[in-house]
Amino acid sequence: MTRPMNPPNPPNPPKATWQTDSPGPRKSTRSLQRARRRASVARFWRRYRTHRAGVAGLAGLTLLAVLALAAPWLVGDDVQSVTRAPGRALEPPSGAFPLGTDQFGRSLLGLLVWGSRISLTVGLLAAALSVAIGTLVGVVAGHYRGWISTAVMRITDWFLVMPTLVLAIVLATVLSRSVWTVILAIGVTTWPTTARLVRAQTIAVESRPYIERAKALGGGHRHLMTRHVLPQVMPLVLAQTTLGISAAILTEATLAFLGLGDPTVVSWGGMLQDAREAGAVSSGHWWYLAPPGIAVALVALAFTLCGRAVESVLNPRLGVSR
Amino acid sequence: MSSATSPSGSSPDVPGVPDVPDVPDAPVGTCPPGTSGVEMKAAAPSPGSPGARPGRPPSAKTALPARPACLAYPAYLAGRLGGALVSLFAVLVTSFFLFRIIPGDPVKAMTHGMPTSAEQLAALRRQFGLDLPLWRQFADYCAGALTGDLGMSYQFRAPVGELIAQKLPATLLLTGVAVVLYSALGLWLGTRSAWRHGRLGDRLNTGVALTLWSVPSFWLGLLLIITFSVGIGPMPGMFPTGGMESGGTAGLAYVLDVAHHMVLPVLTLVAVGYAQTLLVMRSSLLDEMGGDYLTTARAKGLRDDDVRRRHAVPNALLPTVTMVFINLGHVAAGSILVETVFSWPGLGGLFYQALSVPDLPLVQGLFVVFAGAMILMNLLADLLYPLLDPRVGR
Repeated sequence: MTRPMNPPNPPNPPKATWQTDSPGPRKSTRSLQRARRRASVARFWRRYRTHRAGVAGLAGLTLLAVLALAAPWLVGDDVQSVTRAPGRALEPPSGAFPLGTDQFGRSLLGLLVWGSRISLTVGLLAAALSVAIGTLVGVVAGHYRGWISTAVMRITDWFLVMPTLVLAIVLATVLSRSVWTVILAIGVTTWPTTARLVRAQTIAVESRPYIERAKALGGGHRHLMTRHVLPQVMPLVLAQTTLGISAAILTEATLAFLGLGDPTVVSWGGMLQDAREAGAVSSGHWWYLAPPGIAVALVALAFTLCGRAVESVLNPRLGVSR
Repeated sequence: MSSATSPSGSSPDVPGVPDVPDVPDAPVGTCPPGTSGVEMKAAAPSPGSPGARPGRPPSAKTALPARPACLAYPAYLAGRLGGALVSLFAVLVTSFFLFRIIPGDPVKAMTHGMPTSAEQLAALRRQFGLDLPLWRQFADYCAGALTGDLGMSYQFRAPVGELIAQKLPATLLLTGVAVVLYSALGLWLGTRSAWRHGRLGDRLNTGVALTLWSVPSFWLGLLLIITFSVGIGPMPGMFPTGGMESGGTAGLAYVLDVAHHMVLPVLTLVAVGYAQTLLVMRSSLLDEMGGDYLTTARAKGLRDDDVRRRHAVPNALLPTVTMVFINLGHVAAGSILVETVFSWPGLGGLFYQALSVPDLPLVQGLFVVFAGAMILMNLLADLLYPLLDPRVGR
């Protein structure tokens, strides 16, 4: 197997490859770049494929994404309507309602499918927000030395010490009830881990000779950070995002269960709260309670599996964890 | 680790392409393989090192020659202590201002929308000190917090400190037991997994742990209640649905009663919590397993069990110890959901009650307590760490 680029293997630390210019026929820079990018994606996929759990997670996520996107056609958007509910209250599973109905007579299967939209949206956006903040802080703290780094890391450490869930709950209580509040609350409380990782990586990248070369050629802070450090940090950030999404989905369900989500939107955590309020626990209506929790667990598990696979592809020092 | 080497030399690589360098370290300080604590300890009493007097605990023995070893640890301690105090002050500031940006008037919330005259509102404001300027409120708040006075609860009309002190033992009991159990379980399973990594048992262990890790704890609690308290089908309810005691018992019967009530909440906490310890222990043991000192130990003729127990595990424990302490810091906050679901009379349940009003002084006080527990445990972990690993804090 010929590998066009420096493969990330542990016994073979990345060489100072900035000096070798490709000896092949001259091409335009852009087409060269595109070819390299394609090759690196292909290489990534070849290595990702060997992680069976990761592939299973990816397949599950694809299925779920299709389901969530097709929800308006699958179940129709009046599934949330309390007044036009098709069934009677709290019916057990039957042919017409495969998962039974809730206390308003709405089909639980329809609600479950519809709820996937909000869980995925919140999970993706909150993780994106958290990782964006974390990357920005991490790169800045790693690039600038001296008091800026100290101050930024002090703030990060302080956020790291905060009990995340408590802070998110408090934020969601203090701000008005909406989906955006939940996204904000999760995003601004979970970034410090990413920031620390990215900072360590930035420091490692900046000690390489090609950064010195870029500096000698007159590259400014911004150029160094955006064109040289950021692309190198990106793979790590990708893995971190995937892992962050599953945590965000769990936190979203938790907040909704505590009644801190948007009460007008159907979500899996909200369904669990409804079930508890409808007395599903004491009357043993397990069919009402089980599906939303299983859905949350499966999605969170799928993202975790993907994240771990991505992490071990990109960071072979973790190596054996397949 | 794979031993595949790449065709070196023939790789036309150019900067800008995202290849992956060796990541230096995750935040949990994993030790570089090869230089283990055991080796360092063994090397410590060499004639060159200044502070290597026999009979002293292996604290900061291998300090830099520039600084006397007897000063290294106190300096490190002072630094950590200062950091913790700064953090604690930051928590006080945050908790004060976070709750002042809340929309709406707390006094109106207190009266639950009942018709109240302007004089009554003013009297309530004065009673809770809400008529003072913001800086005075803040100064009073800080002074109060330092003397243990966290204000009056709107909801219970009782001092917040008293309420918290009342509920604290229940929480400590529940989550303390749970943390001890899941740390032990995670360490044990993690060690087994790593020692025989790649086998069926390892894959099964990791898979189950990851699955349980993805499960929302409150949902698991509700399912356990349905299954074991309410009972499904022919199975009768075996455990109480909630609370901490049935009342009317004393002595040994009381202890047994509380233990009976604790089974399901502890089970929930353990199931959701042990995965993290397992994974950290597993990966840190895997890191150690490439170490040369293990080969040496085997060459000396030690049995596999002894190699694991005496050499590999003590070194792999270091990152895991930090983890356990961080989990202990979560003891107060981590059980909010489980306590709510099982109506356990602890801090988590109190927090939930306070949220639904919202009872600001109570939420604020609990926030300070939760964050303070985290800071305290982090501080303890920082202080213990150099005693366990002489390379830290030099």
